[in-house]
Amino acid sequence: MASQQGFTHGINLDALNRTQQKMDIKAETICLQTSALNLFYGEKQALRNVDISLPAKRVSAFIGPSGCGKSTLLRCFNRMNDLVDSCRIEGSITLDGSDINDKKVDVANLRRRVGMVFQKPNPFPKTIYENVAYGLRLQGVKNRRLIDERVEKSLHGAALWEEVKDRLHDSALGLSGGQQQRLVIARAIAIEPEVLLLDEPASALDPISTLKIEELINELKDNYTIIIVTHNMQQAARVSDYTAFMYMGELIEFGDTDTIFTNPGKKQTEDYITGRYG
Amino acid sequence: MMRDWFKSGSPWIWLNAAAVSASLIIVFGLLLLIAVRGLGHFWPSDVMQMQYTQPGTQAMRVIGELTETELVSLVNLHSAGISIESDKKNIQRHLFKTGNRDVLGSDFRWLIEPFISDKTFPRELIVLERREWGNFYGYLKAIKENGKVVAEGDKSWPELQQRLARTLDIFDQIRDIEKGEIGDINYAIEGLRLKTRRLELDGKDTPANLKAIADERKELQADYQGFQKELSDLYLSINRDSLTAEVMDGKTVDIPLAKIVRTFRPNDMSVLGKVGMYFAKLWEFVSDEPREANTEGGIFPAIFGTVMMVLIMSMMVTPFGVVAAVYLREYAKQGPLTRTIRIAVNNLAGVPSIVYGVFGLGFFVYFLGGNIDQLFYPEALPAPTYGTPGILWSSLTLAILTVPVVIVATEEGLSRIPRAIREGSLALGATKAETLWRTVIPMATPAMMTGMILAIARAAGEVAPLMLVGVVKLAPSLPLDGNSPFLHLDRKFMHLGFHIYDVGFQSPNVEAARPLVYATALLLVIVIVILNLAAIYIRNRLRERYKGMES
Repeated sequence: MASQQGFTHGINLDALNRTQQKMDIKAETICLQTSALNLFYGEKQALRNVDISLPAKRVSAFIGPSGCGKSTLLRCFNRMNDLVDSCRIEGSITLDGSDINDKKVDVANLRRRVGMVFQKPNPFPKTIYENVAYGLRLQGVKNRRLIDERVEKSLHGAALWEEVKDRLHDSALGLSGGQQQRLVIARAIAIEPEVLLLDEPASALDPISTLKIEELINELKDNYTIIIVTHNMQQAARVSDYTAFMYMGELIEFGDTDTIFTNPGKKQTEDYITGRYG
Repeated sequence: MMRDWFKSGSPWIWLNAAAVSASLIIVFGLLLLIAVRGLGHFWPSDVMQMQYTQPGTQAMRVIGELTETELVSLVNLHSAGISIESDKKNIQRHLFKTGNRDVLGSDFRWLIEPFISDKTFPRELIVLERREWGNFYGYLKAIKENGKVVAEGDKSWPELQQRLARTLDIFDQIRDIEKGEIGDINYAIEGLRLKTRRLELDGKDTPANLKAIADERKELQADYQGFQKELSDLYLSINRDSLTAEVMDGKTVDIPLAKIVRTFRPNDMSVLGKVGMYFAKLWEFVSDEPREANTEGGIFPAIFGTVMMVLIMSMMVTPFGVVAAVYLREYAKQGPLTRTIRIAVNNLAGVPSIVYGVFGLGFFVYFLGGNIDQLFYPEALPAPTYGTPGILWSSLTLAILTVPVVIVATEEGLSRIPRAIREGSLALGATKAETLWRTVIPMATPAMMTGMILAIARAAGEVAPLMLVGVVKLAPSLPLDGNSPFLHLDRKFMHLGFHIYDVGFQSPNVEAARPLVYATALLLVIVIVILNLAAIYIRNRLRERYKGMES
């Protein structure tokens, strides 16, 4: 587990002393893959020729300075960029081998398979229970017992159950920021997606809540493919198996986290990690 | 010193505070004025008897209630041909309500203070509130039954109480039968007439059908005869008693008890008794029907009409405005066209309300109503059903008048919903419509309620357009009653705002009706306040639910 030191000192590589062996991308099943991905907001190009293959049931982190396109790339995977009028995409993105930008793809269905958690906790102004049940109700689940079960399971999964089990029918807005963020994660996993996109999930939280979220990510990766965008390099080092470094819309380097942080292949990566810019 | 004071900003704060205080004083002063003027009307004030000897005219005894006192200048009086020896420049004159319009010709009379003498408040003076000719002031002399005196002098007052109670009881019975049973029969007979006409129009007027209707009508007519008989008996018995009373000039008059609503001796009443009577009269005012060209009695139909019209209006305007706002904000592509539409909608709020009245008359009443009559009520033609002003058209006209307010408020509410909430819902696999209905619109309900509150506030006070599309001086029946289909949206209705205008400026007796203008105005304000408070209460409860979202 990550030690408390990690927040105050430099990169704590001890945190990487996890039980697993050195990761090898070639041995992994690929879940999400992009090839020659270019993305434009109007005239402005936000992603340049991104080729990345993200392994299933692993945690991949995107790091890089602000505005480098990591959130944009993340939002491509559940087509959140569709909401931006001027956005245009070239190249392909595949989920389990099929193109997600295909005209025949049902976006709602895609988003059910690729869940997302945002930077700021955004619970609905409903009860805790209804927040978690939201996705299920959307799918037309009426069976009360099934919903009850799934809500409890998801809240357990998001390590929130013990804190809220007595007030499931209170407003979710009464929870603390950290609890709200875990609730949002519970809400996302309640519909059992394959992939979980986390867009700086801990950046608005205090250190203790951050720690809880990180522990949670570690537990969730057995069942979900997790992609996390973070500004916090220690966090990337602590929680991820693979790390991608992006800069100015380009993917500079992608590899297993140990290598990226201890022995990066590119100078730009090294400069960023050692704090020379960004 | 002065410069420092200016720099400190104090003058500005004082100016602002003064402006706020001035506004508050104006608002509360206005409310106070109408409250005092209006509510004072119902107090049974003492009746004065006095001797009035104006030089050049005959000396006379005057009996009446003091209603107003003012100062007039001697010069004015001189030029009016009245000369008074006095060292003062101004002298007082009083307005007395002397009632007895049938005998004296007018209800009110100005008396000049120096000519008044021998002011007394005799305990035996009676006041009669009558169904016709306004109040009566005078002395009770005798009670008659079928023209024969049954009580005289001191005994007549208790006798009057007893017999008046009986008369009022019979009056209620008569009214119940006329409005209730006979009203229902008339409604049913009219229904049969329309049914016959309908059969004729459809070519189904077979003898069998017609016979069924004729049988039904015969039955109703038999019922009607029965009630008619009952009524004539009641009329006979209500007209049995009468009273003899002396007017201030010494004449005696006979007044049938059937014409009397209430009788009291104000000079003989305790304060508690007066308070009781005050509230009885106040209750009559809000719960009863108007009498005597609206200058007496209550204004219940107007309250009912106002509230009902506003409720129907809000039920129509809210969904319509919300749907329009949702489309404009959520679906329409934002561009020059939507901007133009928005400007047009905002300008719609600035169109003079009478223009909406003209539009309502032309479009709703003549076009829509006329066509509805052609299609659905051909049997009633040429008498229009919906092709004439009515409460439905009034509500619709005001709905159009207020729809911009709802649209603007709702749009504002929608634009305040954080993007994060929408994205959160979409990210869970909701479509845009699901996101709207499950999350965005529920969260925007407080804003919609705000729009509705503003709409109500505006609509409840509008009178001008209503005069064209449905308000009348006196509506024979309420738009909601016991005859199916219970809700009669085609009926004309009474409205507090129009009532104020009518009573204050169109009535035959403006002076007597003036307190009613204030009382009605006060009631209108109260009705609007209550409607608004109800809506605000609902909104605050909704807002409570979404508290914390506005950050």
